[in-house]
Order: sequence, then C-alpha cells, then structure tokens
Amino acid sequence: MSALTKKVAELMIEPGCAVNQAKPESERKRGCGKQLTPGAAAGGCAFDGAKIALQPVVDVAHLVHGPIACEGNSWDSRHVFSSGASTYRTGFTTDLGELDIIYGGEKRLFRAIREIVEKYDPPAVFVYQTCVPAMIGDDIEAVCKAAREKFGKPVIPVNAPGFAGSKNLGNKLGGEALLEHVIGSEEPETTTPYDINLIGEYNVVGELWQVKPLFDELGIRILASICGDARYHDIACAHRARAAMMLCSQALINVARKMEERYGIPYVEGSFYGIADMSEALRNIARLLVQRGADNELLGRTEQLIAREEARAWARLEPYKARLKGKRALLFTGGVKSWSVVSALQEIGMEIVGTSMRKSTLQDREKVKQIMGTDAHIFDELPPREMYKMLKEARADVMLSGGRSQFVALKARTPWVEVNQERHYAFAGYAGIVNLVEEIDKALTNPIWAQVRTPAPWERTLREENHG
Amino acid sequence: MAEVRHGNKACTVNPLKMSQPIGAALAFLGLDRCLPLLHGSQGCTAFGLVLFVRHFRETIPLQTTAMNEVTTILGGLENIEQALLNIHKRAQPAVIGLCSTGLTETKGDDVAGFLKLIRARHPELADTEVVLVSTPDYRGAFQDGWGTAVKSMVEQLTHPTTVRTLLQVNILPGCHLTPGDIEEIREIVESFGLVPIILPDLSGSLDGHIPATFLPTTLGGTPLEDIRNLGEARLTIAIGEQMRPAAEALEKITSVPYRVFDKLTGLKASDDFIQLLAELSENEVPAKYRRQRSQLLDAMLDGHFHFARKKIALAAEPDLLFALGTWFAEMGAEIQCAVTTTMSPSLARLPCDEVLIGDLEDFERAAVGADLLVSHSHARQAAERLDIPLFRTGLPTFDRIGAAHRVSVGYRGTRDLIFEAANLFMAAHADFPALAASDPALLPTTPLSEAGRASATSTIHRH
Repeated sequence: MSALTKKVAELMIEPGCAVNQAKPESERKRGCGKQLTPGAAAGGCAFDGAKIALQPVVDVAHLVHGPIACEGNSWDSRHVFSSGASTYRTGFTTDLGELDIIYGGEKRLFRAIREIVEKYDPPAVFVYQTCVPAMIGDDIEAVCKAAREKFGKPVIPVNAPGFAGSKNLGNKLGGEALLEHVIGSEEPETTTPYDINLIGEYNVVGELWQVKPLFDELGIRILASICGDARYHDIACAHRARAAMMLCSQALINVARKMEERYGIPYVEGSFYGIADMSEALRNIARLLVQRGADNELLGRTEQLIAREEARAWARLEPYKARLKGKRALLFTGGVKSWSVVSALQEIGMEIVGTSMRKSTLQDREKVKQIMGTDAHIFDELPPREMYKMLKEARADVMLSGGRSQFVALKARTPWVEVNQERHYAFAGYAGIVNLVEEIDKALTNPIWAQVRTPAPWERTLREENHG
Repeated sequence: MAEVRHGNKACTVNPLKMSQPIGAALAFLGLDRCLPLLHGSQGCTAFGLVLFVRHFRETIPLQTTAMNEVTTILGGLENIEQALLNIHKRAQPAVIGLCSTGLTETKGDDVAGFLKLIRARHPELADTEVVLVSTPDYRGAFQDGWGTAVKSMVEQLTHPTTVRTLLQVNILPGCHLTPGDIEEIREIVESFGLVPIILPDLSGSLDGHIPATFLPTTLGGTPLEDIRNLGEARLTIAIGEQMRPAAEALEKITSVPYRVFDKLTGLKASDDFIQLLAELSENEVPAKYRRQRSQLLDAMLDGHFHFARKKIALAAEPDLLFALGTWFAEMGAEIQCAVTTTMSPSLARLPCDEVLIGDLEDFERAAVGADLLVSHSHARQAAERLDIPLFRTGLPTFDRIGAAHRVSVGYRGTRDLIFEAANLFMAAHADFPALAASDPALLPTTPLSEAGRASATSTIHRH
C-alpha cells in the first residue's frame, strides 16, 4: 500500500499538470488532493478512471480483482470501438466471495489469470486492484509477477483501488501502469521519422477514425494510440515515437511528461474538437516532427490539407448557419475542452448562454473568457436544480452535456445533445464538427418540442378560466 | 425438479450478477422523498447510478459517503455523519437508506453504533428516518440486496399495531417486477375495492413521468406513513421468494399473515391471484378481468404453435428466472439451460435438470443450438456470436427503450408476453412465415442458396 500512497502523492504534484502549474508555489506543493464531500459527491473512483484509460486496449484481457460490484455493475458500458479484437469487451472478474475475504484472494487471482490464458490467450492480461483486496492486503504485483513467469506473457498490475481517489487520479494511475510495465518493453518492426503517439485519445464511438485518415494522408504514422483502438504491442513500442500529441489534457499528462523525460519524446497539447483546433493540432504536430528531423516539406503539405479540409467543412456547415443563427446553447461538457466547442458554435452563429469549467485549467478559462468576451456565463458548478430552473425558464434553446444531466434537460422539455464519453455520435476532426452541428440541428428542429410544450386541453381551459 | 450447481471457476467471465448494495439502493428508490446512500468508495455509487440511468432513463438520486483509504482504516463515523448532515441540508429527504458495501463490511464498521452517536450529537436530524441495511458486495446478489432492504424497512419503520383496516392489502413486489408491472398489480387490486399499500413502489418514482418540479430526492413511491401503517392490513402478498423474509418480518412485528406468490406470470398464477382477491374482497371478479382471461386463452391458442418444443436458454436472477422459465414451460417450450446469480428456494422447482449459479460465459456455452436466449442486455454479445435472438428482460436493459413499462404480470401482461416471444420466434424464421407457423419441422435445415431462398419466399407469398 505504501507504494500506492507514494505514487498518489507524486501524481498530486504532477509538474506537467496545467492546473498545478497555474497555482502559486505554496499551493502547488499541497497538490490536488481535494477531499470529496460525503453526501454531496459525484463521479467515479480511481479504479473507474484507470479502467476508462486502459480498457480501450482492445486485444488484452482486463481482469478486475474484487467483489462483483466493481465489474458486474459496470461492464460493457463504454462506447469505445475496436477495429479488430473484441477481448476488451469481455468482462473478467475474480468475483470475490466471503471465503476469499477471510483467506485472501491471491490464489483465486492466480487461478483466474491461468483460466484466461488457457481459454482466451490474449497478448497480455491487465489486473485491476480494487478496494476490498487492497484492504485485506492481496499483493497483486507479486501475483502478476508469478503469473508472468509461469505463463510467459505480460501480466500487468494496475494498482488503482477505488478509494485511492477520484476518477481523474485513476486515469493517471492507469498511465503509471503503462509507464512501469508496458511502454519500452518491446521493439517496433520498423520506425520512421513520422512516428507519433496519441496520448489520451480513447476512440470513443470511433472518433480516432475521423482523424486517422488525415494523419495517414500526411504520411504521419500513429505508432501508438494511448489507448484508443490500441494493441498491446503498439503501446509496448511507444517509446520509439518521434513526437507525441496529448489530448484531454488532464487525464494522462503524467504519461506525456514522463515519456519526454525518459525517452526524449516531446509532446504538444491539443484537441481534435472544432475546426480551428483540429487545424492547430495538425500544424503543431507537423512542426514538432520537422524539429525532430522530418522533412521540411511536411509543413507545406500540412497547410494544403488544412486549407482543403477547412474549406470543405465550412462548405458543409453553410446550410446550417441560417437555421442555427442566434440559437442559445448551454454547454456542460466536462472532459471535452469547452473552449474548442464554444468557438466552433460561435463560428456558425450560435450564442453561448453558459458553459461549465469543471475539469478545465485556468488557461482554458482565460481562453473561454476571451472567446466569449466575458466570464459572466462561466459556471464552476451548476446544481441540477438550478440547471432545471434555467432551462424551464427557457433561457437556453439547447443543452449540450453528458448523460448525467440528460434528464434535467429533457424533463424541462429542452432539446439536448450528448457530448461526453457516453456519446453515440463521433464529433472529432473536420467531419466531427459537422456531425455535432447536424446533431444540434436535429435536436432543435424536431417537431416534438412544440407538441410536448403544449398543455393538455383541459389544463388550457383551466388556465384561461383562472386568468379570466 | 432441478439440481442447483455452483460453478467452480476462479474467473467470472461476462458477469450476469450485480451486487447487493445497488439492489438495496433500488428498493429505496421506491420510497417517496427518499435518498439512498451507499457507505463505501464513491465508485460504488457511481457505477450503480450509471447502471440505473441507462436502464430507466431517469435522473437517479443516489449518494455516497465517499470513503477513501484513510477514512476506511479509521472507520466511517465522520463520513457518515457528514453525509447525513449534507443530505439533510441539501435535500431534506423523509428517509435516507444507508447501505453498506464490501469495503466498509470488510473493515467492520459498526454503523448502527455510529448512527446512535450521530443521532445524539445532531437533534436536527430527528425528522429524517435513516434505515440501515447490511449489504456486503461479496455475498449474495442484486435481488438479495433488494429483499434485505425491504426487510430492514419493515423492521425499522413499521409500527406494531392491533388495528386492522379490512380493505388494506400489503403488496411486497420483488425487484424483477417493473414499474409497469406494479401499476398493473395496483389496478387489479383496486378493481376489487381493496386498498393496496405497495412496498417498494417504483411505479410512483421510476415510471418515466414528467414531474412538475425538480427535487434531489425521489419524487413518488411509498410514503413513509404507509410503511408505518403496514400492520393494519388484512394480508400481505409477497411476490417472489426474495420477498418472503420481509413478509415474515412484517408478520412477526404486526401479526399480519402473508402469502407468497412465486410469480404472477401465466394463466394459473394469474387465476390464483385474482381468486384470492375475490375471496378477500368478497366481490365478483370484474367483467374486465373475465374478458382479459378470455383474451389470454385465445393468445395461448394462437401462440402455442410457436412455443412447442422450442429450446430456451435462460440467464436471470432467481425470481425472474423462475417466473419466465416456468411460463415458457407452460407454453410448451423446453428449458435448454438455466443460469442464475444466487441461491433461492425457487430454483429447485424449475422444470429442468439443472440450474447453474454462474455467468454469461457458462450461459453462452450451454445455449449453443437454442432457439431463444432470455436474459438482460449484457447477453447481447453472446446473442451476436451465437446468432440467436435475445429476449431482453430484467435489469439492466440499456440497449432498448421502455424497459420500465413492460408488463408481464396478470392476464394482460401474460398475453402480451406471448405475442412478444412468438414474434421473436417468427422473425427468426422470417423467410418462411407460413411454414414456421404451421409446421416448423418443414423448415430446411441447411441454408438455401440466395436464388432458392428468393423463390421459396415468393411461393409462400403467392399462397
């Protein structure tokens, strides 16, 4: 446990973290160990976060060591796609029972790994620690080591029991498991000066495939995607990339920074959401590759591709402009950077009446302020009750948010578009922004809104009588 | 008679089972102005919450004591205290349902002791009932959590009384019943002039309606006052073996006798239920139900062709498994395999050789060659691989909408169930609807070529 405690303390003062960097020196040392409020907390645990970060590795078996709750209540719930293996969609758990709690669960864990190797033969097994076995002192690192020796294949301990902290911390602990046990453990067949890693891209509903063709066209090879649609071998070889692009900045910053430290792989931060951001991302990664020895002509080709794709995207957005102009959106995106979506929506003439900055950095906040001209509509928290009131009073025409607040919007009879990790439509890249606008348009123009907002005839009569 | 066998694998693959605390939490979601609170790490709550949101497509009030490593080791007194105060301040619920988890049970928190201390320290909490339930994740399954929670509600909230209200009947539905089922049961009971108190009542809280306002607690469900007054009933009707302990506890406290219906699906079960209500109320069976019974008979006659000798692979919690398994058998189908999550007295009564306490990997292996899979949405991967239609039932149903409103109890519910299953059988033989309906044996066993398929279909159409 002490190793975990140390690891957590170290992650809490992650120097690469933008939130942390923005703090004064004294605060920075205290780290981001924000205590959760009992009775008023929301969101997942560290185990959840580690699983979210690593489960997109599609060809490995993800084995959850714990009682049934951790896997049984949660499996097969994420829309991350695979272009091949489906092992990652299989739920594996030791399903610990009372006797395991009394006698310890290590033997069961070892046998479970054996069963997986014999029946499914994946290239690796990822073993996730959870609270109960951590409490009773099951040493998963030792079991994984023994299993690796016995079965001759990588068995990776992911030490992120739920009670270690938040989902975000769990993302990073998942990243630590890759740094310690996977990255650098195998060699790629070939390397090129155009090899990059994507860090923090999970291929939610296939979003990776909206941007991969752009990289392909430029001759930029995604050596490892960490971890969207990833294969174990790719991640094991990730240390040979020339540059890296870090997306979803909060989640795997430790991976990007430590890979720079250990293997000299520089990284740029970026986002694939919104036209301007997508172009900026391509531009930055091309520039970084050139700095690292790629041919200078890459820059020119990149600009050509950007010009063509931007023109195409704008042309496709044109028909929506007249319909969406002046429509008011309330934006609660959490993970996806608010400002990239804000600027995209403003570009087509929509008005942003509010946005959340829950998981964003100070820089993000500044950027939103700049784009929106004021920070009057930036919320840190918007409790469901107030969100409901705001929508009920028709202060927004459409809400963009995650699944949690979906029903706040719908019960207030307000059009709603899903934009977080459970989303069903892919919004990345130039194609993605057109999808997003199409979804907003579909939501806003559906004929049900007029119907569901009309009171029942008897209620109308009653109201008229009351008023009369 | 079936023999119950436990799987002996070390690794559960594709879990069928979900854990006790969220079963308990769902029971609390059937109380009015209630907020369930899981005493564990915040993930315990988050997973349950997401699961319920995906199934019901509703906002789910559910909170956590947010235990971390240090507070777990030191004990959860302070976290529980803070959670209760925060919830009281922000949501003012009438009832808080405090459910333990694997984490806090492993530590061995004395939650009852904590609560006494907290009550003494905070008189402002006096107007909030707190019901404690012990639900370690490493024991039992979802339906055990639900059953235990209802038993705890009765033990901790119901007043002992000798007063009897002649028309009052208590209904204790198991977690395998949907809000739609509960609505149907209420309507049936009320049509006999009886007054049902239903505990828990998901039809009030999770039936997918548009509330007039937004509250951070449940809105609708069994009112606290009704739980206190359960002792005034003539009879308690428990539906599903999982509700027997709660019915027993209620009898012990209030002397109200009980009767357990192991299911309300199928002709015989519906007849027994209606007859009991007629006897209790001394009323005639309303014309509406005579008509519905007649419709059910007709549906059985029309539908039995599609069920005869069909091989059904079932994976569900014990009471749901029993209700559907016996019903399929009553329609002439055969149970090819039955997989479940936890022990129950009803399992041995299933009309098959063996019931396995196992997972969906066991299910997928045993279901090869079946005509129909019956399970929750997690069996979708197995259905895809086996290319066998999946009849989705129970929780979670996250890849279809309307799960809360499906009805499978009473004459009308059973009638519709026949249509739904029969239509799946027919769709599976869509190329040969006429053959499938009259004589499934005539269906070709080897696939026809595309040309042959087209001509066979067109021939049938011409007829």
